[in-house]
Amino acid sequence: MTHSPDDFVLQAQSINAWFGQVHAVKDISLSVKPKTVTALIGPSGCGKSTFLRTLNRLHEEVPGSRVSGQVLLEGDNIYAPGRDPVQVRRKIGMVFQKPNPFPALSIFDNVAAGLRLAGISKRSLIQETVERCLRQAALWEEVKDKLKSPGTGLSGGQQQRLCIARTLAVSPPVILMDEPTSALDPISTAKIEELVLSLKKDVTVIIVTHNMQQAARISDSTAFFLLGDLVEFGETSGIFTNPKDTRTEQYITGRFG
Amino acid sequence: MSDSLSVLLSKRDGRRKIVNQLLLGALFLAALSAVAPLVNIFIFVIRKGAPALTWEFLTSLPQPVGEAGGGMGNAILGTIILVSLASAIGVPLGVAAGVYMAEYSYSKLSRWLRFGVDLLTSVPSIIVGLFAYAMVVLPMKRFSAHAGGFALAVIMIPTVARTTEELLKLVPTHLREAGLALGIPRWKVTLQVTLRTAWGGIMTGIMLALARAAGETAPLLITALNNKFWPKSLDQPISSVPVQIYTYAISPFEEWHQQAWAGAFLLVALVFALNLTTRLLMSRTPVSKD
Repeated sequence: MTHSPDDFVLQAQSINAWFGQVHAVKDISLSVKPKTVTALIGPSGCGKSTFLRTLNRLHEEVPGSRVSGQVLLEGDNIYAPGRDPVQVRRKIGMVFQKPNPFPALSIFDNVAAGLRLAGISKRSLIQETVERCLRQAALWEEVKDKLKSPGTGLSGGQQQRLCIARTLAVSPPVILMDEPTSALDPISTAKIEELVLSLKKDVTVIIVTHNMQQAARISDSTAFFLLGDLVEFGETSGIFTNPKDTRTEQYITGRFG
Repeated sequence: MSDSLSVLLSKRDGRRKIVNQLLLGALFLAALSAVAPLVNIFIFVIRKGAPALTWEFLTSLPQPVGEAGGGMGNAILGTIILVSLASAIGVPLGVAAGVYMAEYSYSKLSRWLRFGVDLLTSVPSIIVGLFAYAMVVLPMKRFSAHAGGFALAVIMIPTVARTTEELLKLVPTHLREAGLALGIPRWKVTLQVTLRTAWGGIMTGIMLALARAAGETAPLLITALNNKFWPKSLDQPISSVPVQIYTYAISPFEEWHQQAWAGAFLLVALVFALNLTTRLLMSRTPVSKD
């Protein structure tokens, strides 16, 4: 298979990341096709979350951290000198491990936050976007009668879908998810997984997960990380049925990690 | 062998229980004596002050010695003005310093700032008064509400800054990251997400600082001085409840002593009310540590 660069929405090239002296991510290159789901798997501490956080330049917010390499978003390097991380993060959204709606804001205001704080004040537009994103996140029916109540009053699974709606509101072409279901019960998890599959129509999703069944269920490609290295990257069906590296095989069959 | 051991142990057991009771009693007495002054102050101030606390006391000007009636109306208004002035300067500066110390806590400057703020907290208030005297009274060539407000602001700043810092640090990092990940600039995240989340708690810190400033006497003696009339202008000396209490208390006249007690009662009631409100607010703050 050969691809021209245009075939990829996001290309990480030789990404290295450090926390102080700790070299957490080692020379990782990985390309993602648009409107697909890519899963990053591997044992705890393998650098997959850190790698994910280099993709929207959030890693650099940690004091003492450092990044090298480049990430091309639709062909443009997000680490180019002078490139504003704020602009980058509007195009690459993120959903976190723990649902984190803003506690001081209502459900409506949580979804509207990204638009409002980016300086958009047109009411009708905000109203419209909030409803569309809540529908897209499969939350509208559950919250349409209590949009003014605080976002933190929802259940964990609802909060996580609220966070997804909040991310969708600034319409990023790429959404990063850092173990979005690890704090949720199985039913809420199933809803999020369904949601991820439906989001694929519009956006590209890169998801870190500890749950290998989850990776197998929802992803098109899978990357296996170990101790900061990218061991294997390919189509999910291939990784799970016919891994090329013995370490991948050992991990997915549960022999370590 | 094991029998004699258990007899020995049970003997010690009895002794241990007695010692335990004795020590517990001692601790209780120590705790009691720690709050005893508070109870005493309350009883004393209420008994002496409450009878003199009339509507006239709250609303009228002080009377010269020998004339009946009169009150602290101007001093009460003066305290309100002084505390408002102090908040207008002290709250923005204190909150801003707190934000800097919390959000940029890894910078070296921030560590020095924290040290400085801690030192400022322990500077005696009379020294703060002297500082305000040198900074405001001398250049303006007179005692004034400005100088008094400035002195009280300096007293408020460290408390407000430290509370702001502590409460911002309780706001979980993942909330800041959620904001950043939405493409919101850092300063907006700080204002609209972090500060907003912690605001309830910060308000209580501000109110405690207010309560403290309202009761300060020493710095006002050499900055705001005192005044027998209603406040007319901020660049004039101004009366305040604590200074008025002081003036009355050191006088030799019985009626003035009465007035001082009423003022003391008022001040204690104010501080008590502020603390109580603060506690109520605290218990409703949504900030959680996780």
